[in-house]
Amino acid sequence: MSSPTGKSAERATGPGAHAAGSPDTPRGRSRRTLPSPLRHLLFAALGLAAVTGLLLVTGDLTALRLAAVGYTMLAVAGLQLLVGGSGQVSLGHGAFMMIGAYTMTLLVLHQPMLPIAANLLIIVAVSAVAGIAVGAATARLHGPYLAGATLILAVGLPGLTHRYHEFLGGSNGLNIRTAGAPPFLQGVFTDSEWKALVVWTTVVIGLAVLATISSGRLGRRMRSLRDDETAAAMAGVPVGKTKVVAFVIASAAGGLGGGLQAYVLGTATPSSFTLVLSLTLLAALVFGGIGSLWGALWAAVTVVYLQIWATDLARSLELGRNVENNLPVVFFGIVLILVLRFWPLGLHGALTRLGARLRPPTTR
Amino acid sequence: MTAAPLLTVEGLSASYGAVRALDGVSLAIPAGGICAVLGANGAGKTTLLRTVTGLHPSSSGRVLLDGDDITRLPAEKAITRGLAHVPEGGGVIAELTVEENLRLGGLWRSDRRDRSTFTEVMELFPPLAERRGKTASTLSGGERQMLAIGRALMGRPRILLLDEPSLGLAPLVTRQIFGLLRDLRDRTGLTVVLVEQNAAGALAVTDTGFVLNQGRVVAEGASSELLSDDRTRHAYLGF
Amino acid sequence: MTHFINLTLNGLATGAAYAALALSLVIIYQATRLVNFAQPALALVAVYTAYTVTGITGSYWLGFAAALTAGLVAGAAVERFVIRPIARVSQLNAIIVTLGLLLVVQGLVGMVWGNEQHGFRYAFSYVGRFAPSSVFALVSVGAVALLLFALYRFTPLGLRMRAAAFHPEAARLSGVRVGLMLTAGWAIASCIGALAGMLAGPPFISPNVFDVVFVYGITAAVIGGLDNPFGAVVGGLLIGLGMSYVSGYAGPELATLTALAIVVVVLSVRPDGILSRPTARKV
Repeated sequence: MSSPTGKSAERATGPGAHAAGSPDTPRGRSRRTLPSPLRHLLFAALGLAAVTGLLLVTGDLTALRLAAVGYTMLAVAGLQLLVGGSGQVSLGHGAFMMIGAYTMTLLVLHQPMLPIAANLLIIVAVSAVAGIAVGAATARLHGPYLAGATLILAVGLPGLTHRYHEFLGGSNGLNIRTAGAPPFLQGVFTDSEWKALVVWTTVVIGLAVLATISSGRLGRRMRSLRDDETAAAMAGVPVGKTKVVAFVIASAAGGLGGGLQAYVLGTATPSSFTLVLSLTLLAALVFGGIGSLWGALWAAVTVVYLQIWATDLARSLELGRNVENNLPVVFFGIVLILVLRFWPLGLHGALTRLGARLRPPTTR
Repeated sequence: MTAAPLLTVEGLSASYGAVRALDGVSLAIPAGGICAVLGANGAGKTTLLRTVTGLHPSSSGRVLLDGDDITRLPAEKAITRGLAHVPEGGGVIAELTVEENLRLGGLWRSDRRDRSTFTEVMELFPPLAERRGKTASTLSGGERQMLAIGRALMGRPRILLLDEPSLGLAPLVTRQIFGLLRDLRDRTGLTVVLVEQNAAGALAVTDTGFVLNQGRVVAEGASSELLSDDRTRHAYLGF
Repeated sequence: MTHFINLTLNGLATGAAYAALALSLVIIYQATRLVNFAQPALALVAVYTAYTVTGITGSYWLGFAAALTAGLVAGAAVERFVIRPIARVSQLNAIIVTLGLLLVVQGLVGMVWGNEQHGFRYAFSYVGRFAPSSVFALVSVGAVALLLFALYRFTPLGLRMRAAAFHPEAARLSGVRVGLMLTAGWAIASCIGALAGMLAGPPFISPNVFDVVFVYGITAAVIGGLDNPFGAVVGGLLIGLGMSYVSGYAGPELATLTALAIVVVVLSVRPDGILSRPTARKV
């Protein structure tokens, strides 16, 4: 018996759900002739080119926002693999972002000579190890029990910063200065644009890896777990191992997202990794659409821009501090509830359906 | 038999998504009759019962109970008009005790404090009386079916719809249950509709029968006639 | 030794609030297989209602009654108007919607009453070893648990609610209005959640006041077994004691992570909680 949530995830995604970058159009089939890693790298390169173009025509502020979309998307995409892929519902994804962010700040503070690429690789390793620990400890938990345990992780982990005050900086967190654009590019990119570019380069590589995993044997195994654990076990899928591996990959993606966040913002504080962050990540995932990496993109765009618009709106209407501080989260919550009420498959599901309706009917 | 029908179904249709499970079924069950609804797997028998009771929505047609239109009534309301429905497998609530299951059946009645119905059901099914404090999960298949029928009777229905009560039961137990239904009809005038795949057994205890195929009534008549009609038997009933 | 006794008494009193919150989670889980992450938000509404009513009337007990009523009404409204249309489609979506509700309600409370802390009274004096407020917490939660047991076990409403939870279709065929029973379950659960809020709120309330309480509440429910109201009470008291000892001897920052360790250890041994009955797994 699979968990009730797993069952519903199955219903929400349908059999054709595929986390690869290509939409399931008839035209997509010809692209499938390319081997999947190559196809995903091609998509990654295209995506990166698009972002670079966007960065060059917009200003610093947009660059920072695009960077936020990037690291949020990577974190959500990791969660996507875990929840949409293997059917394990984690409410503690923010904890892994926190691990990544603190690893980044500690590395910059204590090993300032390391290049950013090395930092990011170390972050992947550290958060993967954390993922192994948590994943192995929780591998036997199912459904709501796993959700409960990961929820506690999300609430409990920030407490460590107070416990190890000298090392982790207590509630003020750790602040760092990260290098901007290298000297020979300083005329081309501003520091913010350069950081956004670093973020997106990492993000598209990360997404290509996730998409490749998801469309390969491991991805199929995970989905078989989500659909029916007992049946998967009888078909020879190593249940415990696959679950832990899914957890580890998700943690690495989450940690990397958090590390990039610290790199862009130059800070890691416990108050950035509250329960609300973890809940928002999961909510955004379902809201964007489970079962497709596109869903992660819509989720990240929504989280970042709803926040900005709501804040702007509250400011322009001069609604007072209490309203201004709380409007973004209320806004997000209401949009979330409405989307799930009227488009149960999330934004991606709604867009796919809209696309199918607009496309002229094809004879097959 | 000229008595006014207690249950009338007129042109009833229902679908599951794009699949049409009932296609304009009409039938009339006389008060005090005991009647079989037969057909192969997927013929629409269960859907017919579920649509009559209001567990499944109808797309067109009417259901009349003693002249009242109950087509749009949800199941929990239809029950209070004197209809009882024992679903496939009995629908016994395994987590509750035998007594709680029975009490539940009569809970909607305003005279629910009156213990006489409970006593009657206990007398009707001695095995249940012995196990009234045990949870229903401990019962055997036959006892579960008895409990399901007993729970339906707790509401003092005028008509009892049964969905495959013989499913998974030994032939001896099936005969006991069928015999009991006939007894009940003879003693209390309860109208019984028996949906069955076990056509031979069902036709042996009923007065009339309807044969469904692909959501339509393809044959109807006195049970004895249906039993002797070789063409219908071979085509739809498989014996 | 005195320290130990104080920690024990403290743990039992705070554990009572966790037990109440766990109880409210279990009631809803039993009825709908849904962990209601909006429970702390509903408690928040109740507690702020009490704060306002007490502020206007000056009477703690009027505020207390208002809180329980607000919990009851909010629970029923949430089930009927938010959860039911969505739970029909997908259970994961319903869970996510309870998360959405949590965000919305916390934000709305912050908008109306501000994000800063407000002082919030105890029911009774809280000084001394057997402080009246601690006794009140234990007694009220114990009474609620007994009442709940009696409701489920001995009343027609309880029988209908159990039937609706175990086997909705069979319940309908016995004339039970299943939707109404779900609404009733949510209302009762949120009323108990409101009680948990009134016990756990003092001395200060703010929109995030129940985050940690909720974590311990869900811990209690999970280790007791999400299906078992009695387990929720036992789990709540155990967590209260455990957290009290850890905070007292090792430091309060470690309390939540200890809760995590307890959950992992308990569930590794008994995947459905301490008091779960071994049921046949449906394959």
